[in-house]
Amino acid sequence: MNENLFTSFTTPTMMGLPVVVLIIMFPSILFPSPNRLINNRLVSLQQWLVQLTSKQMLAIHNHKGQTWALMLMSLILFIGSTNLLGLLPHSFTPTTQLSMNLGMAIPLWAGTVVTGFRHKTKASLAHFLPQGTPIPLIPMLVIIETISLFIQPVALAVRLTANITAGHLLMHLIGGATLALTNINASVALITFIILILLTVLEFAVALIQAYVFTLLVSLYLHDNT
Amino acid sequence: MASPVPVKEKKLMDVKLGELPGWILMRGFTHRGIAGTFQRGYYPYYNKYVNVKKGSLAGISMVLAAYVLFNWCYKELKQERLRKYH
Repeated sequence: MNENLFTSFTTPTMMGLPVVVLIIMFPSILFPSPNRLINNRLVSLQQWLVQLTSKQMLAIHNHKGQTWALMLMSLILFIGSTNLLGLLPHSFTPTTQLSMNLGMAIPLWAGTVVTGFRHKTKASLAHFLPQGTPIPLIPMLVIIETISLFIQPVALAVRLTANITAGHLLMHLIGGATLALTNINASVALITFIILILLTVLEFAVALIQAYVFTLLVSLYLHDNT
Repeated sequence: MASPVPVKEKKLMDVKLGELPGWILMRGFTHRGIAGTFQRGYYPYYNKYVNVKKGSLAGISMVLAAYVLFNWCYKELKQERLRKYH
């Protein structure tokens, strides 16, 4: 049973061919591009959702920050759809792999930092020292602020990975426990099954929330730097 | 069994059943080729079930069901291989 738990997180290959590339590209099928003025229901629903989300997310940015609109919306759509598709049985979730999340987090964070340094050098450097610190504490605080800056991309990636992986793992465990308990004691199995249902509802919420949090934090880092 | 038109150039629907393995082997498996095949194959489905004025949940549910089936299939095939340790 121990080996079984983690096999669902291995990168899928079929006869040596990486199927994972197909799985990462799959969510794009579910977002067709709008061709007409009035589209079919799927596209209209997605257009409405994207407008709602983008208006809320880009409200805090100035003109320079709003050039990132396409990037942020694609990010939230990709992470949200990938997480939700991972809740289907037997499917593989690419966002459980730390490699992919680091690959998303580090370039985005680095982009915001470099933008800040290029266009507002003094203000970006000033972020390393909060206002009103007593003079003896300054060296210490600069070190601490630098560390907290460099930990941002790692935190972004690890947060997403750990949340999604933990949720999937918990569902596997509780599902296995429910199955094993049906032969021993049916009422306890029922309670465990109810726990499983609640957990699945939580996982749906977590899938969306994690996408939102990731994108929101990138947007905040952007706001600091434009 | 030799046909007047060379086997490689025929489309899938025109290939006879006996010629199928040869046809598959003769088409090169480029990544762009496979992606192009999927793309061209998906449009008829999309136009019939999703791209209609009053599309319903069934349109994308069939796509998701096909995705689940695909994932289940290749995992099963992987486990069916003869191995000393699984």
